[in-house]
Amino acid sequence: MDKFVELTQVGKHFDTKKGRFQALTDVNLSIAKGEFVTLIGHSGCGKSTVLNLIAGLLEASEGGLICNGREIDGPGPERGVVFQNHSLLPWMTCYGNVYLAVEKVFAGKESKAQLKERTEAALDMVGLSHATYKHPNEISGGMKQRVGIARALAMQPKVLLMDEPFGALDALTRAHLQDELLRIVGETHSTVVMVTHDVDEAVLLSDRIVMMTNGPAATVGDIVKVELARPRDRLTLANDPHYHAYRTAVLEFLYQRQQRPAA
Amino acid sequence: MNAPLKTPLPLAAPTRKAPRLVLPGVAALTSLLKAVVPPLLGILLFIGVWALIATKSEGLPGPVSTWAAALELFANPFYDNGPNDMGIGWNILHSLGRVGIGFGLAALVGIPLGFAIGRFAFLAGMLSPIISLLRPVSPLAWLPIGLLVFEAAGPASIWVIFISSIWPIILNTAAGVASVPQDYLNVARVLKLSEFKVLTRILFPAVLPHLMTGIRLAIGVAWLVIVAAEMLTGGTGLGFWVWDEWNNLNVEHILIAIIIVGLVGLALEQLLLLLAKRFDYAS
Repeated sequence: MDKFVELTQVGKHFDTKKGRFQALTDVNLSIAKGEFVTLIGHSGCGKSTVLNLIAGLLEASEGGLICNGREIDGPGPERGVVFQNHSLLPWMTCYGNVYLAVEKVFAGKESKAQLKERTEAALDMVGLSHATYKHPNEISGGMKQRVGIARALAMQPKVLLMDEPFGALDALTRAHLQDELLRIVGETHSTVVMVTHDVDEAVLLSDRIVMMTNGPAATVGDIVKVELARPRDRLTLANDPHYHAYRTAVLEFLYQRQQRPAA
Repeated sequence: MNAPLKTPLPLAAPTRKAPRLVLPGVAALTSLLKAVVPPLLGILLFIGVWALIATKSEGLPGPVSTWAAALELFANPFYDNGPNDMGIGWNILHSLGRVGIGFGLAALVGIPLGFAIGRFAFLAGMLSPIISLLRPVSPLAWLPIGLLVFEAAGPASIWVIFISSIWPIILNTAAGVASVPQDYLNVARVLKLSEFKVLTRILFPAVLPHLMTGIRLAIGVAWLVIVAAEMLTGGTGLGFWVWDEWNNLNVEHILIAIIIVGLVGLALEQLLLLLAKRFDYAS
């Protein structure tokens, strides 16, 4: 297997007022090119920390992270991030937000017209051509998240990192965006690492589901390989016994083996 | 936050029944009355109380004689009989000019300084004791220093405006920079934007609402202080004029000056609020 992203014995601690807090220990994970991997676990298990380490927004305390043959040393546009709360800049239009990313990555190599074309193509891919010149406060939460995805994809990242991208959306919008994401990933063959706490979302989207143990000192508990044929359709899968077997496997891990500590 | 809603026009629904057509006009009228009547009543009451006090008092002129004096005063606002006898228009413009220059210099120094303090914790640590010490000082205490250094009344009062309006600008800018959401900065980090682009595309727009608050407070303080400073320095300006008319025992003019100072201050505040609204982004 082609190891495109590789985490070896990664650990992360935070120095807090109450002393050292060991969030992650001995995380080992390799992700192949074009693979869709989700990280799932109870809240506080450090799954977002793993994502932020790959993004380079956090620095690992122990171990090493490699992306595309190079050590991860700070953030960079080759690892596009879709943030949990969309993080669009409110003073720019949707176009402006995406263009900022496009300009950064392609400005030296392409003409203004090409940059414009890329920006428009990215917005078109997420179905937002009609909202190109709207400001974020004029569009719905689902649309904002789509602009966030367009911004990340427009950079043509080697890896797309998504931190609970649909967590703040209602169930119907979430399902719709999951379908969109399936289509886009099918078209672009992106490598995706996604953090989620939604079991159905994980089974529907992933090639592999990485299940994390509870923190502190969380690590990879188990990995489920989802061998459902693509393209996947949520209605067909609803009656597929394999789908339910995967779903049960994840649920068993979360609610039997890693029962959430009494909150 | 909200998408701009179109207010329904009174004639937008011609197919409705006749009584419905009248209603929006009536509603608009009542809402107008509700907006206008209370302030009008307040002003009338104020003038009434003033007139009542004036009849019981020896020196205080009533509204009628003050109004007459104001009409005379504003009949020729821009005459110029030498430096100590100028029209009211010139006095207002001189005061505004000093506030403008003093405030402008304060903005020129205060905004970059505020950005630097907000961005670099070391600088904040270095300057915060000095700012905390100097900020509560009454601006007029700086006037002798200004007179000493500049050896002239005009620059000295500009100096006082500068020193009084620089603190709100620095502090609000710094607070704005420090409170830029981490999300926006993470976007900048992922995109690896240059420091210049971070400043122009992210920090400056994010800080602008805070900056506008600082500017509004600064102008407010500057306008408060200029009258007092001009009273002490003399020459031209509203403050000097108030003191001059006190020496002439022309109390009508002092009352007019008070109202003018209030009106100009109100106008400045409203203008800046209008400007601030343009830069207020809801996410």
